[in-house]
Amino acid sequence: MADTEQAVAERDISQENTVRARNVVKRFPMGDDFLEALKGINLEIKRGEYISIMGPSGSGKTTLFNMIGGLDKPSDGTVYIDEVDIAQLDAYELAWLRCRKIGYIFQTFNLIPVMTALENITLPMVFAGINSDEAIDKGVALLTNVGLGDRVQHKPTELSGGQQQRVAIARALANDPSIILADEPTANLDLRTGHDIIQLLRRMNAEMGVTVISNTHDSAMLDVSDRIFWIRDGRVDRVQRRDELEIAITAVDGDVTGGVGDDGEDDLVDHVAIAHGDKSRDDAVLNALGGDDESNSGDEPTES
Amino acid sequence: MVQETGIKKQVALPLSKAFSISYQSLKIRFWRSIITIGGIFFAIAFLVSVLSGAVMSVAIAPVGEIETEGVGIFAVFTLLREVPRQAWLVSMSLLVSVIGIANAMLMSVTERYKEIGTMKCLGALDRFIVELFLLESGFQGLVGSVAGAVVGTLLVVLSNLISHGGEILMLISWVQLLVNVVMGIVIGVSLTMVGALYPSYRAAQMAPAEAMRTEV
Repeated sequence: MADTEQAVAERDISQENTVRARNVVKRFPMGDDFLEALKGINLEIKRGEYISIMGPSGSGKTTLFNMIGGLDKPSDGTVYIDEVDIAQLDAYELAWLRCRKIGYIFQTFNLIPVMTALENITLPMVFAGINSDEAIDKGVALLTNVGLGDRVQHKPTELSGGQQQRVAIARALANDPSIILADEPTANLDLRTGHDIIQLLRRMNAEMGVTVISNTHDSAMLDVSDRIFWIRDGRVDRVQRRDELEIAITAVDGDVTGGVGDDGEDDLVDHVAIAHGDKSRDDAVLNALGGDDESNSGDEPTES
Repeated sequence: MVQETGIKKQVALPLSKAFSISYQSLKIRFWRSIITIGGIFFAIAFLVSVLSGAVMSVAIAPVGEIETEGVGIFAVFTLLREVPRQAWLVSMSLLVSVIGIANAMLMSVTERYKEIGTMKCLGALDRFIVELFLLESGFQGLVGSVAGAVVGTLLVVLSNLISHGGEILMLISWVQLLVNVVMGIVIGVSLTMVGALYPSYRAAQMAPAEAMRTEV
């Protein structure tokens, strides 16, 4: 861990944009009408940053993930990866982008069920034209790196959720991408495994300079991010730097607790306390219930 | 290790790798494959037995009663023209098989949308996906057609042996029978691959996000 901390401290986050979204709009047809999942997203992500994108369900996080990753086309607006407009890329270039430049991690792991862990990881290497022996060596090394060196020939059905996600991460890293895009990577995992995954991503960011962009609900992810984008209703609500947040996160036997007056349960108010940088739960509750926060439209979720 | 900017066009799927992926997919879905192969088997067995039956009737009919021109497939089509009921039977059976095969291929593709979307995220070109499905369907078609053609021919020969005795073996045009077998195989493989072509093309074309969120 000390190495990682040092690596994090020594990172040199460049001032170049690696991902830039300009007025990105996405509409989905719904019967005769449209559903606007994204209403004009503008953001810039620098190379080497660790970014978390947070927001309630239905806010458009996954749609944004798809836009940034070139998995879907925006209805309007532009996405630039390394200052190249991805809508202008032809099929080959888009495939190259997905193969070599971006590594994807999904909430549901998305491993190919008929292939072993090693085959899953070497598949992107095959597409990249790496020869078979090299690919196998590299694949085994990657699996060992994520702690699965002894499960190389296991199929996804023979692996636990945490192990599958680790295979997915190893796969995302197969071709040494410069960007890792993760859609709620810890959502289907228990807290302890989620922690391990987050540390793994953090290590990749710190030691290999990979830009990590992650959709998440997980407050533990906030602790390792450089910046956090809050998405609400298809727009960027606010952007916060890590040092603007007040977070006290303690890991006790895998439990993630936080803040003053914590009752030991990870419920909504705890999340809100972290989100608004409030120093106490009382402040958090007041702010959540429609204080002078400019982003509140007056409607707040009523569930607790 | 940060990549330098600049996008090149190097993405590849070597044929040997495509073969092994397709073979693995079939092996895993063994019973589903068996059913599809079975469908093709019966269709081609029927087709070949009708065609070869026509050939056999030339052997046992008095020479000169039926005019045959040319060699190979053309002779058979002439016969079929002469015997319209046979032609109708053959066409109908082929049509039923095509529908069945197309359905099986369509199902096979749509239940793997998520897998297809994932592969595209890993850098697969559209045509890799189509290639993989064509290989799978081609393999199933080949196995079913070969088995069907051989069995269809054997059945016809055997039944005629039983009805007309051993001398018939001298009168049969073995070349003709062989041509029918080959034709049966070609038709079977083509039908299967064509059945997989359109669904896999459509699936490969979808944006990966769409493919992965489609609930079948």
